[in-house]
Amino acid sequence: MAEPILEIKNLSATVAGKEIIKNLNLTINADEVHALMGPNGAGKSTLSYVLTGKPDYEVTGGEIRFCGKDLLAMKTDERASAGLFLSMQYPVAIPGVATNNFLKHAVNAKRKYEGLPELDAAEFLKLLRTEAKNLNIGADMLKREINVGFSGGEKKRMEILQMSLLKPSLAILDEADSGLDIDALKLVADGVNKLHNETNALLIITHHLDLLNHIEPDIVHIYADGHIIKSGDKNLAIELEKSGYKTFVDAE
Amino acid sequence: MAEKAEILKNLDEKYKYGFVTDIEADTVPCGLNEDIIRLISAKKNEPQWLLEWRLKAYRHWLTLTEPSWAKLSYDKVDFQALSYYAAPVQKKQPKSLDEVDKDLLDTYNKLGIPLKEQEALAGVVAVDAVFDSVSVATTYRAQLAEKGIIFCSISEAIKEHPDLVQKYLGSVVPYTDNFYACLNSAVFTDGSFVYIPKGVKSPIELSTYFRINAKNTGQFERTLIIAEDDSYVSYLEGCTAPQRDENQLHAAIVEIVVMNNAEVKYSTVQNWYPGDKDGKGGVYNFVTKRAACRGVNSKISWTQVETGSAVTWKYPSCILQGDNSVGEFYSVAITHNKQQADTGTKMIHIGKNTRSKIISKGISAGFSNQTYRGLVDVGANADNARNYSQCDSLLIGSTCGSHTVPYVRNRNKSAVLEHEATTSKISDEQLFYCQQRGLTEEEAIGLIVNGFCKEVMQNLPMEFAIEAAKLINISLEGSVG
Repeated sequence: MAEPILEIKNLSATVAGKEIIKNLNLTINADEVHALMGPNGAGKSTLSYVLTGKPDYEVTGGEIRFCGKDLLAMKTDERASAGLFLSMQYPVAIPGVATNNFLKHAVNAKRKYEGLPELDAAEFLKLLRTEAKNLNIGADMLKREINVGFSGGEKKRMEILQMSLLKPSLAILDEADSGLDIDALKLVADGVNKLHNETNALLIITHHLDLLNHIEPDIVHIYADGHIIKSGDKNLAIELEKSGYKTFVDAE
Repeated sequence: MAEKAEILKNLDEKYKYGFVTDIEADTVPCGLNEDIIRLISAKKNEPQWLLEWRLKAYRHWLTLTEPSWAKLSYDKVDFQALSYYAAPVQKKQPKSLDEVDKDLLDTYNKLGIPLKEQEALAGVVAVDAVFDSVSVATTYRAQLAEKGIIFCSISEAIKEHPDLVQKYLGSVVPYTDNFYACLNSAVFTDGSFVYIPKGVKSPIELSTYFRINAKNTGQFERTLIIAEDDSYVSYLEGCTAPQRDENQLHAAIVEIVVMNNAEVKYSTVQNWYPGDKDGKGGVYNFVTKRAACRGVNSKISWTQVETGSAVTWKYPSCILQGDNSVGEFYSVAITHNKQQADTGTKMIHIGKNTRSKIISKGISAGFSNQTYRGLVDVGANADNARNYSQCDSLLIGSTCGSHTVPYVRNRNKSAVLEHEATTSKISDEQLFYCQQRGLTEEEAIGLIVNGFCKEVMQNLPMEFAIEAAKLINISLEGSVG
């Protein structure tokens, strides 16, 4: 039996006083790929923010364990260093901060958390070049300011590059497919697949079947009104693509 | 990265330079009058011409009133309550470091000043350490002397090179210039003197560390740098001061003369005691810095990182007199808690084809207030003058203030002047993004702010750049959350 990586029990959360997550239960084990599908405004991104500890997202009930630890007792950066990664839907630009410098800080923050010596510039550059090449990210892009003037596709590839450098236990991909053309989608999916193994897990948040045709999910959840209304295998996603969310939500 | 660990360590140290060295100081009575000025001049064995110059300045100062146009609010200084001279008492003039008072050396060691001469030539810095008002030790002078470079305290220069001092002192900043400059001219006690002869490029970066120590002692340094034709020098100025509850006054003057085809690069890292979080204590910093590009193709570049002082009033300026001369001003100013800074530059275009560039980065946090105030002045004969100004402000939190006041005066139709200004905030989204990648909040702010200041930081000499990056992190400690 695989180790549980994420265990969410009876989770409720609010943002700006409004209840967005209502009594949610979800367990993700190592080696598993979960897909979370749901209509716009269902609160899928909210769940990713609650898990990563974004300010203003307040947990009002329930508990979350991550790799055996009490996730809610940890700060955002501790959760990240402990192996929780969120590929963001809208990665923010940070003017003046070179991408390679940013990535080096991130990698060394995690190494420090793990008690490993920090990588020097030469060691890091070697690691970075290898990982970047897999995602077709050139040296020029790594010198640019992080996410400044990046196209939608570049931003998504940059998120996956960070995932590949940080090697998280659980990666949440929030709409990793939005705004990508077919080639870029394949590049991103290949990158993710390469990273996935029996020791880690993926939670893929998406509207569409497209990405799931490239990254095979073990379990598909339909998420509406702040909790999971139905779970199944990939066929559920195929069914959903045909009949739409409304059928499932109305049946609730 | 080793630096990173160092930064984190420093984050916990608050203002680590807040210690006081217990040394008997030779202090003149408080107050200011002609007798005090005569006493200072006599203690320093100065020539008659200098005493007379000081007295002229003092008499003029009596006719002036303290300026109030800056966006600064502070308790006015009682100039009669200050002592205008304090020298550490020593048995005799030291001939080498071995003879220097041990307490003084300990103080410098705590500050990390590399007083001991090092064998390595690469990257070494000559230190003319100013303790309160008197130069204590100067290193690398012999090596510089071989090239004909004079690097000493201004007191020594007055004795040993009186013609040079008399020729240039007050020639860029006349004693009538402004209230604080006038006061400095009357009572300045010490400072640095640099003379680079024709055709000489200084093989090392010259450096001075200033330190304010004796209680209730105003500091009035005076620095004079002369770069003859075809010469080059890079000069570094770094400052720290021990923690005090009383406000300490600092009114310095830096004068720079740049001749044909010469270039001077002047870099400052200023981290004097900024006062506590309630605005108690801290240094009042009223400084007049000005460079005259007298020769053709001459160049002056000011780079400053200002993180300290409770009140800063400072406008390093460039007089672009020679044709094709170039003036540059790169500035990072950080204010936190209740600090106030009114700082900027003046670019005075007189010669033809003169060019100037202003890059100002202001970061405000806490309850601080900051103003960029700059003047670009193009004279009638300054054909084809060119200026580019960029003033960016970054706000941290919602209780600080940032203001940009650019003045432009143009009397020549061929001039091309550009001004860009932005104001932004460190967004919660940026902080969250960094933290989601494992950076602590302090690291995230440090990274974002250093990114914001990049264009200025990259102009600092390497050793200063590292120090400055640390300072930025320390200065903004606790600015969020």
